Amino acid sequence: MKLSGWGRFPTHDVALSAPRSEAALQAQLAEGAAIARGNGRAYGDSALSQTNTVHMRHFAHMLSFDDKTGVLQAEAGVLAADIIDSFLPRGWFLPVTPGTKFVTLGGMIAADVHGKNHHADGSFGNFVDWIDVMGPDGKVTRCSRRKQATLFQWTVGGMGLTGIILRAAIRLRPVESGWIAQQMIQAENLDAAMDVFERSQDSTYSVAWIDCLSTGAARGRSLVMLGEHAALEDLPKPRRKMPFQTKDKRKLSVPFSLPGWLMNGLTVRAFNALYYWNGSRKAGESLVDWDSYFYPLDAILNWNRIYGRRGFAQFQCVLPLETSRAGLNALLEAISEAGAGSFLAVLKRLGPQESRFSFPMEGYTLALDFPVNARTLALMDRLDAITLDHGGRFYLAKDSRMTAETLRASDPRTDTFEAARRKSGACETFASEQSQRLKL
Amino acid sequence: MNNRPVLILGARSDMALAIAHSFAKEGHPVQLAARNPDDLEAARNDLQVRYSVDVSLHAFDALDTAGFEGFLDALPALPHIAVCAVGLMGEQAENETDSTAATQVLRANFEGPALIFAALANRFAERGSGTLVGISSVAGDRGRATNYVYGSAKAGFTAFLSGLRNRLTEHGVHVVTVLPGFVATKMTEDLDLPAKLTAQPEEVGEAVLRAVKSKRNVIYVRKIWWLVMAIIRNIPEMIFKKLKI
Ligand SMILES: Cc1cc2nc3c(=O)[nH]c(=O)nc-3n(C[C@H](O)[C@H](O)[C@H](O)COP(=O)(O)OP(=O)(O)OC[C@H]3O[C@@H](n4cnc5c(N)ncnc54)[C@H](O)[C@@H]3O)c2cc1C
Ligand SMILES: NC(=O)c1ccc[n+]([C@@H]2O[C@H](COP(=O)([O-])OP(=O)(O)OC[C@H]3O[C@@H](n4cnc5c(N)ncnc54)[C@H](OP(=O)(O)O)[C@@H]3O)[C@@H](O)[C@H]2O)c1
Repeated sequence: MKLSGWGRFPTHDVALSAPRSEAALQAQLAEGAAIARGNGRAYGDSALSQTNTVHMRHFAHMLSFDDKTGVLQAEAGVLAADIIDSFLPRGWFLPVTPGTKFVTLGGMIAADVHGKNHHADGSFGNFVDWIDVMGPDGKVTRCSRRKQATLFQWTVGGMGLTGIILRAAIRLRPVESGWIAQQMIQAENLDAAMDVFERSQDSTYSVAWIDCLSTGAARGRSLVMLGEHAALEDLPKPRRKMPFQTKDKRKLSVPFSLPGWLMNGLTVRAFNALYYWNGSRKAGESLVDWDSYFYPLDAILNWNRIYGRRGFAQFQCVLPLETSRAGLNALLEAISEAGAGSFLAVLKRLGPQESRFSFPMEGYTLALDFPVNARTLALMDRLDAITLDHGGRFYLAKDSRMTAETLRASDPRTDTFEAARRKSGACETFASEQSQRLKL
Repeated sequence: MNNRPVLILGARSDMALAIAHSFAKEGHPVQLAARNPDDLEAARNDLQVRYSVDVSLHAFDALDTAGFEGFLDALPALPHIAVCAVGLMGEQAENETDSTAATQVLRANFEGPALIFAALANRFAERGSGTLVGISSVAGDRGRATNYVYGSAKAGFTAFLSGLRNRLTEHGVHVVTVLPGFVATKMTEDLDLPAKLTAQPEEVGEAVLRAVKSKRNVIYVRKIWWLVMAIIRNIPEMIFKKLKI
């Protein structure tokens, strides 16, 4: 059947299965180079294999929860949304979360996702105690930082290419409420925004939305949003009795594909200006419910369809601290020159991280969406080059179009990863369209 | 209200489990009944971890009609809500030639579900409260060449539910008939179903919970099915008999 990632680009005709037991999964591995698929929220082709895409939706049982330590054991197909549903009312939240709650535990481990708290807490992998991985021979190995540490380290951030994650134990974070105390700060340009980030290293959460079409002295004007989990005493009195009750909003949904031309430069320019104006009116402190704070886009189901049928691509890179200022300016300049601006330009300060193949490193990460067409594809090549010039690297969970050469030029760990896959035999059993494109 | 037990018959079905999740999420204890209930241990544990509710497993065979009263006596408590998802599609071609196979389909979709509800209905009526939720099928709305053995058994079950509802209303017992339309479950895994007409099991779970809360009588899960079936029911027999649908 035809299948794509969240960006609806590229689309492949894939053999899709959804085994219901470990034995069925083992048998499925014999059907050809396989890749696990979680909830398909990676943008590109990370969770696609023409020969053998294995959907993990039937591995979605929770196994145990310890309400003293917050340790949850669960199967890989459990959704972040389900974890919040079950444990927020008991005072626990995800330790690290991406910008959508419709991702699986397996997907969060495989991409070693980062959240708005990366500068403070690191990536998702930091909160994983152990993982059960089904390897090339169908054997299941429990790995952790202490036992089978190499398998553990390659699997966290390994994009499904070391094996199939069956189960894991993760440590949730205790919270007193379902509310976030948010502070919104206007930054007139990129320098100002970066200053806010550097000043705010003590904030648990920080992220900025950038108007990526503003130019000159206003280039990179943004809204920086800082957040803390609100304590009981931060809530107005009437809410303290039910600190985890935040209203259920009705979901809007985009029922069909809007034509691609709606997303051309002009509309995006107008959108950006409006967003900036609207946001700046609300500037200041407020209490925001967890859902609106962490997952604003989830309120619009299937928003990926607004880019039209040709789909869209996301560009996300991280630049080392030393080169961030120059590199980000160069990236923004290239984007505004191309006038192909993006609806979603998100800037984030990442903290230090040592890992085998995960994306994050200390510095700044910029993420932007583009409708797919010849012009934006060319622009993204240009952004790749700027990133390479500044010593940056790219996020595979967002990538759908990079070349194998670009990946190698950006990340010396690539060859070691490839060698490890050859040694374990994983390269013969596990492959995605992405891993083939990138010669992993 | 939310501490009232919910009995799920045919609990290994994806639809049944999704319904169990919807109720457990609201805090209801759940009784899962199925053949070979032991392999529902993971599902039971999952419900307990997620929603901190009591979940029990019970052996139930819809063809063992003689055992029904004993089965109900052995439950930890008489449920307040009982959902029957038991069903068997069978192979139409086989059902046409093999009367043993056809009997299985007729019994699993009609006799078993009807008689277990009959037994529950009497207990609910005596107590003066309760809700019965029968998962029937739009296939019962009009017999078609491709699945009329299954469809006619479902038609029988639908009529049975309607009669029960009529009888029990004055005894404070409510009956919900669910006509799910296509649902992506184990039963339909190998079929190529049109996406717009096909509900996910979770949608059925939510729809059933809503229907019980608001005392709906007959529900389709995706609204479009009401229209589809209105059309199918209204095609004159002269024309219908020649159609391949
Ligand atoms: C709106 C939106 C916002 C996002 N925001 C962020 C963000 O802030 N930070 C961030 O880090 N990411 C972000 N992402 C990316 C997303 O978190 C990752 O792509 C994540 O991996 C998706 O999880 P999934 O379950 O949908 O996995 P899929 O997309 O199905 O798969 C992603 C990768 O994980 C692998 N995988 C999935 N399940 C398993 C398994 N059981 N065993 C082995 N491998 C497996 C796949 O093979 C594939 O390589 C965002 C995505 C969207 C759509
Ligand atoms: N999927 C659809 O599109 C669709 C559409 C309309 C209606 N329905 C109805 O919805 C209900 C749930 O079906 P489903 O789609 O989830 O399919 P399913 O997985 O086949 O579920 C049917 C369940 O009935 C159980 N069952 C069959 N015979 C039984 C017996 N003699 N005793 C006890 N249990 C028995 C099966 O138990 P085992 O697991 O032990 O085999 C199975 O769990 C069924 O009534 C079906 O007819 C389905």
